Amino acid sequence: MEALFSVLVGALFAVSIYLFLSKHIIRVLMGVAILGNAVNLLIFTNGRLLREVPPVIAADEYTLQQAAANPLPQALILTAIVISFSFFAFLLVLGYRAFQELETDDTDEMRVAEPADEEAPPLGY
Amino acid sequence: MAALDGMTIIALGLPFIAALVAPALVRRLGHNAAWVLALFPFFVFVRFLEFLPEVSAGSAITGGFQWVPSYNVSFSWFIDGLSLIFALLISGIGTLIVFYTGGYLKGHAQLGRFYSFIFLFMGAMLGLVISDSFLMLFVYWELTSITSFLLIGFDHGREASRRSALQALVVTGLGGLSLMAGLLVVWNITGVTQLSLLVNLGDEVRASPFYLMALILLLGGAFTKSAQFPFHFWLPNAMEAPTPVSAYLHSATMVKAGVYLVMRMNPAFGDTVAWETILPVFGGTTLIVGSLLAIRQTDLKLMLAYTTVSSLGLMVMMTGFGSEHAAAAGVLYLIAHSMFKGAFFMLAGNIDHEAGTRDITKLGGLRKLMPISFLAAMAAAFSMGGLPPFFGFLSKEEIYYGLWHADPWSIFMTVVAIVGNGLMFVVGFAIAIKPFLGREVKTPKHAHEAPLLMWIGPATLATGGLLAAVFSPIFHQYVSSPMVSAVSGEAEEVTISLVPHIGMPLLLSLVTIVFAVLVYLKVDSARSAIAATLTAIGWGPDKGFDQFVSGMVRLSRRVTKIAQPGQLDIYMTVTFAAVAVTLLAPMIIFDELPAMPAWPADAEIHELAVILIAFIGLGAVIAAKDRLTAIVSLGIQGFAVALIFMLFGAPDLSFTQFMVETLSVVILALVMTRLRLTLSDHRPTGQKIGDATVAIACGAGFMLYLLAVTEVPFRSYLSDFFIAYSKVIAHGANVVNVIIVDFRGTDTLGEIAVVMVTGLAILSLIRVRPGWKPGMLAENDPDAPTEEKK
Repeated sequence: MEALFSVLVGALFAVSIYLFLSKHIIRVLMGVAILGNAVNLLIFTNGRLLREVPPVIAADEYTLQQAAANPLPQALILTAIVISFSFFAFLLVLGYRAFQELETDDTDEMRVAEPADEEAPPLGY
Repeated sequence: MAALDGMTIIALGLPFIAALVAPALVRRLGHNAAWVLALFPFFVFVRFLEFLPEVSAGSAITGGFQWVPSYNVSFSWFIDGLSLIFALLISGIGTLIVFYTGGYLKGHAQLGRFYSFIFLFMGAMLGLVISDSFLMLFVYWELTSITSFLLIGFDHGREASRRSALQALVVTGLGGLSLMAGLLVVWNITGVTQLSLLVNLGDEVRASPFYLMALILLLGGAFTKSAQFPFHFWLPNAMEAPTPVSAYLHSATMVKAGVYLVMRMNPAFGDTVAWETILPVFGGTTLIVGSLLAIRQTDLKLMLAYTTVSSLGLMVMMTGFGSEHAAAAGVLYLIAHSMFKGAFFMLAGNIDHEAGTRDITKLGGLRKLMPISFLAAMAAAFSMGGLPPFFGFLSKEEIYYGLWHADPWSIFMTVVAIVGNGLMFVVGFAIAIKPFLGREVKTPKHAHEAPLLMWIGPATLATGGLLAAVFSPIFHQYVSSPMVSAVSGEAEEVTISLVPHIGMPLLLSLVTIVFAVLVYLKVDSARSAIAATLTAIGWGPDKGFDQFVSGMVRLSRRVTKIAQPGQLDIYMTVTFAAVAVTLLAPMIIFDELPAMPAWPADAEIHELAVILIAFIGLGAVIAAKDRLTAIVSLGIQGFAVALIFMLFGAPDLSFTQFMVETLSVVILALVMTRLRLTLSDHRPTGQKIGDATVAIACGAGFMLYLLAVTEVPFRSYLSDFFIAYSKVIAHGANVVNVIIVDFRGTDTLGEIAVVMVTGLAILSLIRVRPGWKPGMLAENDPDAPTEEKK
């Protein structure tokens, strides 16, 4: 089953990176959303797969009595989901505001920090 | 290691203390602070004077303490004749320079800062000449370069100053690197890191196959510092500095650091063919080039600067000549030069200060107006020209003693020395005669004698040149002989005196004077001839430096344009291509690709269906032509992932994922309805293929990595820990929740902080608009009190 997951993780990464390489802000943003899923599933699969049994200890026991899913990657991913969501939301608003200010969604035309016609540095001392 | 000597430590630290207190003193006392500040170097001078009897008796003083004992690095000094005389020159002339500065920069707003720099330099230079350990020598060496940079660039408002400062720093800094490499090679050869040990290991050094390498690297340091041709160009440019700096750093002390190094290395490196060829050739060339260029100048300071270049050449030449008397001649000339050149520079400053110009063609008849300066200038010129009864005469006689032998090489070098000395004679007397004698010329300022602070220095130095010659037996006993012994590595006695000996040296001196007088009478045509030759050549290392610097600027701009074109997709492509290579290359190179996995036999149909849905969602995102499709397909792959979490024992993840995915889609839909963003992919086909290649390579890399990881057996001890203790210690049944809120509680706190900061950032992004002014936020704020709304 891990092999199948590996292929899915690879596909998630490939699609998200393909979207990243676009010049359009909105596609880059969609790439960000998918990248989060890709990374989460990568961590999940790294911790191996065990079906259907959540790592919850029964009320009258002190430890898990049967094989259950690995709790550690789940804890990591839970944090990651929330962080990647807030990151995504921030980037969305940032992209939206950049579009409002610069009136373009093309990253090639967003040249405020590195203008294309930057002056040559002075040759004097 | 000899005992720690507190007084010497204090003497070494005093200049740095003076550098700290100078600005405050100047603020209180103005230029009269000179009288107080001069006490600092004077104390140092006296302290080193106390060593004189012991050192002249032939012993060397060592002391210091372990600095980094594990690396055998010590802060230690080694005071023999060579170090001691240098230390005396530095502190003695330093005292006079402190006086002189008070007069020269009287009323200057930055006088305190200037004093600070001068004292910093003095401390560095003192440390340099008495350093025993290589590391200490190197650190002080670089410190002199840095303080020289600060002093040359003192008048930093002018571009010429900045250029000269940078040039001096680059040239001497490169030399410093060369010196460090050379010292490392020497350490490798001999295993010692102390000069006091090195001077006795000459045989080992000379026999080493790395001898030539070490020699060239060390001379790279010495020649740049001491402005030997072809590195001479920075020294005349350094005349941009105020005159006290020119007198102190760029004639009397710092530029002699290279000569000091050569003299210090002489016992260990000397007496080989390479040594006795390289030094005389470079020294001799520098002597001739420097003195010819000096003739061409009309600016007093530049004339002096170029003769300093040629004098340094003469010292290097004599140190490397290798015959009897030659090293002694180098030493005597060094002492004489420090005195007459220091005096000359200060006098040039006096003329500039009082008459308002340093152009020799615009000066004349100052003799009656500036009598003390005139007398001092004549004394300095006599010494520079090698005339009795001054110390320069002794050094010149000794030079000819050392050079004159009956073989072609010696005769050639003698001729070089005669030409060089003769031209310097011309320059010296031109400076002493032209501005002072003859008809009075109207100068920009009405000239009168310089104040006491300004003539005390040159007068003392000029008198020193006379006294040292008259009382030469005592002077030799305490000063010359110990220094010569240190340079040649064996006890030697200097005997030359003012009493002329009828012989070849005296005859050669006469030849020099006759030659000089002939040139002096024709100096104007000589000047124009040299100027014409230089114009014909048209290129020099000074111009080369400019070309080098502007070339570097252009090159870095070109590199920046390639590396940082300012296009996001290029940065992204490079980044992810690097990711792909990082993932794939090790697996391919070390042949660690995972085995082809078998089809999972246990895969159930609903699981396969969910994974298929995820693939469909991904495909649809890529293919989406309009906003709605894009949002929906993004949602599909997100919910598919949530379902996967559900099916594989992670209900917590699943719930969170469902919630987050829903929110994401809602926000995305909101933002996209406000924006008129086109969704169709505008990439040309070629770029699509390139981007797809990078993306697929990355995806394949992650896939192969995951396959390789899941191939190996799983080690679960971390998870086992959490499972075992989750209920026992933390009293929670849901292990995932316990990890988050308990075991990794601080982590979660950080996460909450990140979410909060992001929320605030989003809020400010939405609220703060262009043209925003303080108070506008309140206008938009529904919670703000109503009377503020208008």
